[in-house]
Amino acid sequence: MSNIQALTGDGSVANAMRQINPDVVAVYPITPQTEIAQEFASFVSDGLVDTELINVESEHSAMSACVGASASGARVMTATSANGLALMWEIVYIAASMRLPIVMPVVNRALSGPINIHCDHSDCMGARDSGWIQVHSENAQEAYDNTIQAVRIGEQEKVRLPVMVNLDGFILSHGMERVELLDDAEATKFIGELKTQYPLLDVDHPVTYGPLDLYDYYFEHKRQQVEAMENVLEVITSVGEEFGKLTGRKYGIMEKYKLDDAEVAAVALGSTNGTAQAAVDELREEGIRAGLLKLRVFRPFPVKEIVEALSNAKHVAIFDRSISFGGFGGPLFTEIRSAFLGNDKIPATANYIYGLGGRDINVEDIKTVYKNLTSGKSETVNYVNVRE
Amino acid sequence: MRKEKGWKEIPEGGLIVEPGNAREYNTGSWRSSRPIRDEEKCTNCLICWIYCPDSSIIVKDNEIVEIDLEHCKGCGICATECPVKAIKMVPEGEAE
Ligand code: SF4
Ligand code: SF4
Repeated sequence: MSNIQALTGDGSVANAMRQINPDVVAVYPITPQTEIAQEFASFVSDGLVDTELINVESEHSAMSACVGASASGARVMTATSANGLALMWEIVYIAASMRLPIVMPVVNRALSGPINIHCDHSDCMGARDSGWIQVHSENAQEAYDNTIQAVRIGEQEKVRLPVMVNLDGFILSHGMERVELLDDAEATKFIGELKTQYPLLDVDHPVTYGPLDLYDYYFEHKRQQVEAMENVLEVITSVGEEFGKLTGRKYGIMEKYKLDDAEVAAVALGSTNGTAQAAVDELREEGIRAGLLKLRVFRPFPVKEIVEALSNAKHVAIFDRSISFGGFGGPLFTEIRSAFLGNDKIPATANYIYGLGGRDINVEDIKTVYKNLTSGKSETVNYVNVRE
Repeated sequence: MRKEKGWKEIPEGGLIVEPGNAREYNTGSWRSSRPIRDEEKCTNCLICWIYCPDSSIIVKDNEIVEIDLEHCKGCGICATECPVKAIKMVPEGEAE
């Protein structure tokens, strides 16, 4: 039996956390994540969860506490945004390399400076090489669904990696939507018990976490992380299917929207996909064969699946909500473009960097991108809605 | 030399899952000079045994029986601390 509520993205994530009932949550407030921590803290005060909530003095401490608690054998969560994630940096890498399946919703926000509190993906994109799994959400429902599934994905024995669940700051975090929650008992059953491996608190089997690891073994441990990442897509698919059977909302690595016969396609992460679907509908009515690839998983990067999904398109617009200064376009663009090298069919790709610092993008903007692509009006790297 | 293991054979995450396995790590290979003890001079006061950071001074029945060269990394602390100067540090090339 499901339970329909009006919730913000942050509220839906907080409710997912309530149902996950983590052993430990260490968290520090930062806009626009704060409401997750705030609402979850009220669940703790109301006795709705058994969680040990640690109020830390910074995000560096939040992630450090998570690492310690997770190594001890607890199920652990935190949540952050932008500068908070930046302050965690050192420990974000350590969490992944110690193979600790911490789940962290990241409410995407522009990195300073100049200081800005609104949405872009500069925070999560900076962490793309940290060894964390990264999934994106289109709406509040997906933010909830992804958070529940993230626990299962990260804790899978052949994965054992931390997971970032991305949701767009303000657009999703503060927008109120209709969200279908799982029944509490169903959620508990779906999530299951944490199976620990080498918990520090098992005093009968003492282990050491974090010893010095030099040129003789460090590389082998990195190779293991590569392998764990390679196992992720399969796990995401099977967990997404199981979730679909339970809720009717099946998840995969990506979602194709009118893509099969599309001549001109776009790829995006997060909430922009909602806007882009409306643009595709209108373009189709005008007789343009437009399609969309909504990418759910950015890490691990699903090379094969992306190439397969976009091979039939003639033109592909790749939307990046972050920038790589001095690089050749945004991160999504460079990876998708290089994924096609060596493929028989290679669509013409162009990069559209948009929405930095919360700059709006609407249906008309996206339609213009599709139209410019086919009329040859696009550069290789374009900036949407920036004033000259 | 211990054969180094491949990435499929080692515990994930750089964890050490068997307690006390530092013993298997042959720090003796770091040594550039080795301690040579003069048994005549040695009074078996065991000060070197206390100071040795690698537990390489092997004692049996209150007497030094050997210096464990698999683990002695040649720091020379024993030679410095010995009150009767019974230990000499000899460069590896010159020791037999
Ligand atoms: S040289 Fe250093 S390591 Fe070797 S026996 Fe002496 S004190 Fe121990
Ligand atoms: S400190 Fe010197 S005298 Fe004392 S036991 Fe060691 S070698 Fe012998």
